[in-house]
Amino acid sequence: MDDEVRAVHDRGGRPDAGPIDRTEHQLEDWEHLAEGISGALSAKGIRCTDESRRAMESLPPDVYESLKYYERWIAGAEIILIEKGILTREEIDAKVAELDQRWGAG
Amino acid sequence: MTARFQRGDRVRVRANGQRGHIRTPGYVRGKTGWIEAVHGEFRNPESLAYGGDGLPKRALYLVAFDQADLWGRRYRGAEGDRLTVDIFEHWLDPVGGDND
Repeated sequence: MDDEVRAVHDRGGRPDAGPIDRTEHQLEDWEHLAEGISGALSAKGIRCTDESRRAMESLPPDVYESLKYYERWIAGAEIILIEKGILTREEIDAKVAELDQRWGAG
Repeated sequence: MTARFQRGDRVRVRANGQRGHIRTPGYVRGKTGWIEAVHGEFRNPESLAYGGDGLPKRALYLVAFDQADLWGRRYRGAEGDRLTVDIFEHWLDPVGGDND
């Protein structure tokens, strides 16, 4: 197995993986929204589960590690939507900037 | 296609350095286990992940491993502990008889 290249998500048995955080927490609104949007993309036939996983796994390892679970879902959805020509990176960034302004996020 | 392996057959997981969207965990690649159950045939996620149709369908198995075979001395659990993983047929080679 030493020759095997293990992608960032392939964590089982990694000596540096650390213990699993088993803390339960209430999902926040944005997490429900992420789940809902992902479900809608599937229901519309825009992407399947394996595409979604592949998109998340293609994130640079340091980005993957820094994101929360549902942030990875969102990042994966963005990759798929851009890949399929449904949205552009510029459109997504512009919308995020607009929402930041409206909600006063820094 | 029909399943090549049956319950109880010994198999070795391929360790071919394959990249891409693979569902075979790194910690079982190159390891030997046995077929615990035949799940049936499913479309191939390695193709589905890139917008393909996933056909032809591939046989999927529940493959069991001795924990000690996977982790060696790092494993501190009970003797006889096993771990099971879903693995597609194209990742498995037969083990046993004259070849083992």
